[in-house]
Amino acid sequence: MKKILIVDDEPNIVMSLEYIFKKENFEVFIARDGAEAIDIVDNDIPDIIILDIMMPNVDGFQVLKYLKRSEVLSKIKVIFLSAKNKTSDIELGLKLGADKYVSKPFSTKKLVKEVHLLLNK
Amino acid sequence: MSSFLVIFVIIIYLAVIFYVAFWAEKNSKSKWVNNPYVYTLSLAVYCTAWTYYGSVGLAATSGLKFLTIYLGPVIIIPAWIILMRKIIKISKANKISSLADFISLRYGNNRFLGALVTIVCVLAIVPYIALQLKAISETFNVITKHNIIANTVINDTTFYIAILLAVFAAFFGTQHTDASERHKGIITAVALESVVKLVFFLVIGVYVTFYLFNGPSDIFEQASILPNFNKQQTINGLEGGFNWFFLIMLSMIAIVLLPRQFQVAVVENDREKYLKKVTWLFPLYLLLFNVFVIFIAWGGNIIFENQQVDADLFTLMLPLSQGHEILALIVFLGGFSAAISMVVISTLALSTMLSNNLIIPYGFLTKYSKGESSENTESIKNIRRIAIFSLIIVAYFFYRSFTLNRSLVSIGLISFVIIAQLAPAFFGGLIWRRASSRGAILGVLIGFLITVYTLIIPFTIDSQLLSTSFVNEGIFGIEFLKPYELFGLQLFEPVPHAFFWSLFFNIFVYVITSVSFVGNYRERNFAEMFVDSTKYGELNEEAYVWKGEAYVRDIKEVLTRFLGEKRTERALNLFYIKNGINKQTPYADARLVSFSEKLLTGSIGSASSRILIASVVKEEEISLREVLNILDETQKAKASNKELKERDKQKDEFLDTVAHELKTPITSIRALSEILLDDDEIAIDTKKQFLTSILSESQRVSRLINNILDIEKLASGKNVLDLKKNSIKNTINKSVAVVKQIAINKGIHLNTQAVSDVEIIYDEDRIQQVLINLLSNAIKFSNEEIGEVALKTYINNHKVEVSVEDSGKGIELNDLLSIFDKFYQSKNQTILKPVGSGLGLAISKQIIESHNGKIWAENRKPHGAKVTFILPFKLQ
Repeated sequence: MKKILIVDDEPNIVMSLEYIFKKENFEVFIARDGAEAIDIVDNDIPDIIILDIMMPNVDGFQVLKYLKRSEVLSKIKVIFLSAKNKTSDIELGLKLGADKYVSKPFSTKKLVKEVHLLLNK
Repeated sequence: MSSFLVIFVIIIYLAVIFYVAFWAEKNSKSKWVNNPYVYTLSLAVYCTAWTYYGSVGLAATSGLKFLTIYLGPVIIIPAWIILMRKIIKISKANKISSLADFISLRYGNNRFLGALVTIVCVLAIVPYIALQLKAISETFNVITKHNIIANTVINDTTFYIAILLAVFAAFFGTQHTDASERHKGIITAVALESVVKLVFFLVIGVYVTFYLFNGPSDIFEQASILPNFNKQQTINGLEGGFNWFFLIMLSMIAIVLLPRQFQVAVVENDREKYLKKVTWLFPLYLLLFNVFVIFIAWGGNIIFENQQVDADLFTLMLPLSQGHEILALIVFLGGFSAAISMVVISTLALSTMLSNNLIIPYGFLTKYSKGESSENTESIKNIRRIAIFSLIIVAYFFYRSFTLNRSLVSIGLISFVIIAQLAPAFFGGLIWRRASSRGAILGVLIGFLITVYTLIIPFTIDSQLLSTSFVNEGIFGIEFLKPYELFGLQLFEPVPHAFFWSLFFNIFVYVITSVSFVGNYRERNFAEMFVDSTKYGELNEEAYVWKGEAYVRDIKEVLTRFLGEKRTERALNLFYIKNGINKQTPYADARLVSFSEKLLTGSIGSASSRILIASVVKEEEISLREVLNILDETQKAKASNKELKERDKQKDEFLDTVAHELKTPITSIRALSEILLDDDEIAIDTKKQFLTSILSESQRVSRLINNILDIEKLASGKNVLDLKKNSIKNTINKSVAVVKQIAINKGIHLNTQAVSDVEIIYDEDRIQQVLINLLSNAIKFSNEEIGEVALKTYINNHKVEVSVEDSGKGIELNDLLSIFDKFYQSKNQTILKPVGSGLGLAISKQIIESHNGKIWAENRKPHGAKVTFILPFKLQ
């Protein structure tokens, strides 16, 4: 079973994502801010991370930078899922090494497709 | 010591200097090249061979007077920093490359004035360069043969050193055509030499003081029994005091106006903030340099008592007389460093002046206005290279053909006096709007002529041992015109005397002429910019007033002749973008004309660039009144423009945040609805949970929208308050009723015992909104079960104070000031976001402020937070 980590501080968004990916037969991990995400990743390496950007304490950019510093962790696929959708934000996200940048509000079907696409590469 | 060895050491040393310059030029971005230390050390080019040998000479013969030359700069440094800020700002904005350019620009790009300043500088500095060469040559001879008799030119090592220095200055000084660009190679090398000369001088100082003698007190004791000692070490009453005063004044002027100082301090300045370091580091440098001077001098006087040893050479002769040749070599190298850095920077500065303010504006403009860009830039560089070689060679032959048997110091001081003639025009131009070019020109001319009469002619007569009665009896035997005692003034020594009279007439003529004849509008325009640089400094192109007709095409053609097609295109593009001008506009405006003049200024000087640009544009006269009006308007427009931009930025940020805040609930709504729509097998419980979430997120959206509308309405300041007389206790009770249920649910007690009543005028709904908001926050952050939220009022004659206290964990220090900002939600909230838009406190603040009240938050001891607001009884 593939492992997915959902990182977002909005409980309702987390709830919807959790439901969707459980249905797609993922083992789902949840972190409600960047610091929690880093804790989880350090213990159990997921295959893919859905990562919000604007979060308290440690934000999504910082989480990604943390991942890219480690050889093992940098191989995890990362999808940014954020309401920030200025071109400059998207460019920064991809420059930092995210595999995909999806703007909020998002289509659930498209998001699922992107996840499968990335994992089957 | 064999001269081969000395030459070998010199070559090694020069190779190191060349390499450092080369390395710095190649690594011009390195932090070894760009830092305030290099900048400050390069200012120490002030200390020349004159300092190295001459100070000691002066100290040995005249006691402490040598200090004046260093006290001046130290005293003036704080004012110098302020002045430099202004000068650097103006120079950078106008691409000024030399002192002559600066003065010429201030007086309306005056070509003649620029040339005059150049000539004055060359006349002042060439003998000074000669002096440095003399120092090199004499010390070389002393160290190799123990005497100072010079060889023929062909056999004179100094001649070849001079040529090498010219090569160095020409190679590293003309890397760019634009002379206002920095010469990082040369400056880094000079900074290094400043270290070398200081360290080596300290070495010899310590050697004399502690090795040859037993410390300062030992030297003092031995020196104090020498004849003349006491007379040397005093200021000499009132007369001496005046001499000191004027010598200090003279050196204050010199630290700003010597061409080499202007070069290193202004033209080579990379960042204004470097000036800060100068404040303490430069005085410290000068202090260290002077600490041992008097001891070396006394030591020399003691050891060489009754021997014929030139006091200027004490520094070198002391170790030699003791047989310490290596140490003497070190002294020689230190003095050599001091001399060559002065020679290089001075010739660089003078060659720029010569090319940009004399040769090009008077001889090459017609040629350049027709030539190709590559030919023109090559020709400009060649002019400068030839100028550098000529200056050094002329200086060399000056030293060869005049028996410069007077001390190093006197020639240096004559240079200072000549340079000081530029002071009224320079400083006056920075503080006095009315100062005109005619005044400046006449002032400099008169001052210079008086210096020639009172100092240069008699000095030449003395030093060349010519026999004439001129000095003792005055011209045509008129007592009144004796050069050293002009108009019967007998108070001063020759140098302060010449300084006094020349500046007296210089300033007098300058002021009278400026007051009597008004300068043209152009002068006035620059006068405004120079005098009030803080006001107009940022305006750049816009501060420039110009009226007339010009085609972009013509101006572009002129620019291309110097910058080439690519650079012209690039510069113009940047200019268009910066000013928001359409590229297709065929007509040039004042801004473009001014911008183009500046572009050329660095390469050919301000007067020439003005003439060249003027040749392709048709300019109209503008009255002075118009100049001032336009300047004033641009100033105002600029200010309001800045304000608008600031407000725009804030609005953008607000909209960004609003969009983000709205998207978040909508994202949940969309995702959850899509699941509900697509998934038919969804469990009934889950379905319910999803629908509840959708509902609450929808409410969140509408709450947000209402809040945003509220905040906008309050911010626009329209008559939104419904002001009536109300009872504060009543309002508090109503608000408590609204939140009571939430409090009960959480087991929190609402305490209103400390509430008293008063009737005042306010908008009840709005104040209730504030109270509800504060109460909900207090409940939200209180501990469940044990919490209490207390409401208190405090009433006096003119205001009511209401506070809401909770017993929660309090507010983080970081948050105390920001919690009233829009959308500010503390980073330290629980991970589950509390219900809230992040706008509640911002709205509360606006409501209270529109009642002319105040609201603030603080922490309670031992724990809990307290938010208080004040409502004044009188609204106005």
